[in-house]
Amino acid sequence: MATVVYKVGNDISTDVIYPGRFMATVLPSETPLLAFADDAAFNAKLKAKQIPPGSVLLGGQNFGCGSSREQAVSCLKGHELIIVAKSFARIFLQNAINLGLRVVTCPNIEANVGDELEISATAVTNKSSGKEFFLVSLPKSRQAIIDAGGLIPFTRKRLLEGAQTTR
Amino acid sequence: MTTVEKILARASGLPSVKVGDVVEPKVDLAMSHENAALVINQFNEIYKGTNLTPKIWDASRVAVIFDHRVPAESAKTASNQKKVREFVGVQSVTKFHDIRGDVGGICHQILPENGYVRPGAVIVGTDSHTTSHGALGAFAFGIGATEMASVWALGVAVNVEVPPTIKVVVKGRFKKFVGAKDLILHLVGKLTAQGANFKVLEFHGPTIKQMNTSSRLTLCNMAVEAGATAGIVPADLETERYLREEAGVAEPIDFVASDQDAVYEQVIEINVAKLTPQIACPHTVDNVKPIDAVVGKKVHQVVIGSCTNGRLDDLAIAAKIMKGKKVSQGTRMLIFPASGKVFRQALAKGYVGAFMQAGAVVMNSGCGPCLGIHEGALGDGETALSTTNRNFKGRMGNPNSEVYLCSPAVAAASAITGVITNPQGGTN
Ligand code: SF4
Repeated sequence: MATVVYKVGNDISTDVIYPGRFMATVLPSETPLLAFADDAAFNAKLKAKQIPPGSVLLGGQNFGCGSSREQAVSCLKGHELIIVAKSFARIFLQNAINLGLRVVTCPNIEANVGDELEISATAVTNKSSGKEFFLVSLPKSRQAIIDAGGLIPFTRKRLLEGAQTTR
Repeated sequence: MTTVEKILARASGLPSVKVGDVVEPKVDLAMSHENAALVINQFNEIYKGTNLTPKIWDASRVAVIFDHRVPAESAKTASNQKKVREFVGVQSVTKFHDIRGDVGGICHQILPENGYVRPGAVIVGTDSHTTSHGALGAFAFGIGATEMASVWALGVAVNVEVPPTIKVVVKGRFKKFVGAKDLILHLVGKLTAQGANFKVLEFHGPTIKQMNTSSRLTLCNMAVEAGATAGIVPADLETERYLREEAGVAEPIDFVASDQDAVYEQVIEINVAKLTPQIACPHTVDNVKPIDAVVGKKVHQVVIGSCTNGRLDDLAIAAKIMKGKKVSQGTRMLIFPASGKVFRQALAKGYVGAFMQAGAVVMNSGCGPCLGIHEGALGDGETALSTTNRNFKGRMGNPNSEVYLCSPAVAAASAITGVITNPQGGTN
C-alpha cells in the first residue's frame, strides 16, 4: 500500500521539479535536497525526511515536460517516491526507467492526498474510494532495462557481451 | 514509409520499420553541453567492475558545446567545465566548442552552422531542443544523461520506439512581421503541450518550401513544446543551399523524403495568410494568444536570443525596427546572439551598434537568460518578453516573475514602447 503524499496538476515541467538554476549540481546524493525547490512547503517536508520511501506523488497529464535534465528524476529517486500520473512526457519517462525511478501511467486515476493506493501489474486501486483504474504497462523493451536494474547495468552487460564476441 | 521511418530503418539495418517497433539505431552524432559532466559520471559508472577502459565508441561522432553557463557563473560550474575539458582531451573529441568568440555559441546553432547536421542522420542530444536539427532533414531527439552515457559506450540508442508522425501542411503567405515563430507558437497552442507527445511533426507545404533554414530551425526547435519526439523538414534544395553556402559542406547530400503512400497518424493544415503575431502567456508554452489580447502589457525586460531566435535574420529584423530608436526607460533589453559567428556577422552589419545606441545590452553568445541560471534573472513581480522557447514558472531565474514568448519583431517593437506592442501597428 502506498500513500498519496502530494498532488500536482497537468504539465508539471522539469523546471518545477528541479529548477534550472541548480543544474550545476549533478550528484544523486545532492539533487534530492533540491526537489521541488521553489515549492517551499513540499521541499521542506522532503528535506526533513517526513515523507516515507514508497509514497506516491500524484501527477496529472504530461508530467515531466520540458528540459531533458536528469536531475528531475534523480532528485525524486533519492526520496524513493513512486510517481503515478495520467501521462508522462517522453524524455522524463525514459530517464525514469533508465535510473530506476518507479513511474506508473494511469490515465484515469482519481485520488487525493492521504488516499491509499494499491498498485498491481495491471491496475491501481484506490483503497480509500474503492475505485479501480487500469494502468498502461511499459513496452517489453523498457521492462528489460528495469529488470537489469537500470540502463547502467544494462549497458555494462551489453558491453561485456560485445567485448566477448570480438575477442 | 515516412522520412523518420526510413531514417530509423536504415540506421537499424532493417529493410523497413513500422510505428511501435523498437529499434536500436546507430547514432551519427551525439551532442552534449555542460551536462557532459553528468554524462561522464554515468559513463565511468558503466565501466565500473569491468576491466575495460572507458572509451567513447567513435570520438568523431561526439560533440560537446559549452553554452548553458558561459562564462562560468560559479566555481562549481567552472570546475564541471574543467572536468569536461580534460575528458574531451583524453577521449580526443574534436567537435568540442569551448567558451570562445570564434567557434563558440549555443549548441543548437553550432551543430548546423558547422555542417555537423546532415539529412538522414540520427542525432541525439542531452538537451530537449535537439529537435531543432530536424530542420535539415535529420531525425534528432533529446535524451537524458544516462542514455547518452550508454550511447557513448555502445554507439547505438538502445530503446527507440518508432514514433507515429503528424503531417503539418502549411500554406499561405505570412503578413509583414509575422513568421516561423508565430507559426510554431500558433501550432503549439493548437496541439497543446502534450498534443504531439511521443510523435513526430513533419512539416510540408508551400510556406515551408519557401522558408529558409533559420526559420525551419525555429519551427523544429519548438516542436518539443508540443511534446514531440522530433520535428522534421525533409531535406530539399534550401537544405542543400544552407549546407553548401553557410555550413561549408562539400560531401554529397542524401535527400531522404517520405513516400507517397507514407502513413500519417493525422494531417493538420494551416493557412498562415491571416495569422497575426502570437504570444505565449505565462506559465505554459501552449497558453498562446493573438497579440491583440495582451497589447499594452508592461514589460520590464525584453530578451532577444536563444537557439529559437538568436540568428542573423532574427537580429536583422530587430535592428531594422530599433535603428534610431531608444529602449523605453524602465525596460531593459538584453540581446544575445546565438553564436560567435552570428555575433561577428551582426557586428559587421552594424546591428550591434544599432542595438547599443538604442540602449540595449548585447551579451556574449550562449544561453544567457533563457534558463535563468546566471545572467538576466528577473526581479519579484517583473515581466519579461522573450524570443526564447519556454515560459515555465521560474524559467528566467525567479518563480515570482512572468515570461511571455514572442518573435524578434514583437520583442523589438515592445522594447521601444515598454509595453507589448504589435510591430504591424494599427494599420495592417
Ligand atoms: S538557448 Fe535556451 S532553450 Fe536553447 S539550448 Fe540554451 S537554454 Fe536550452
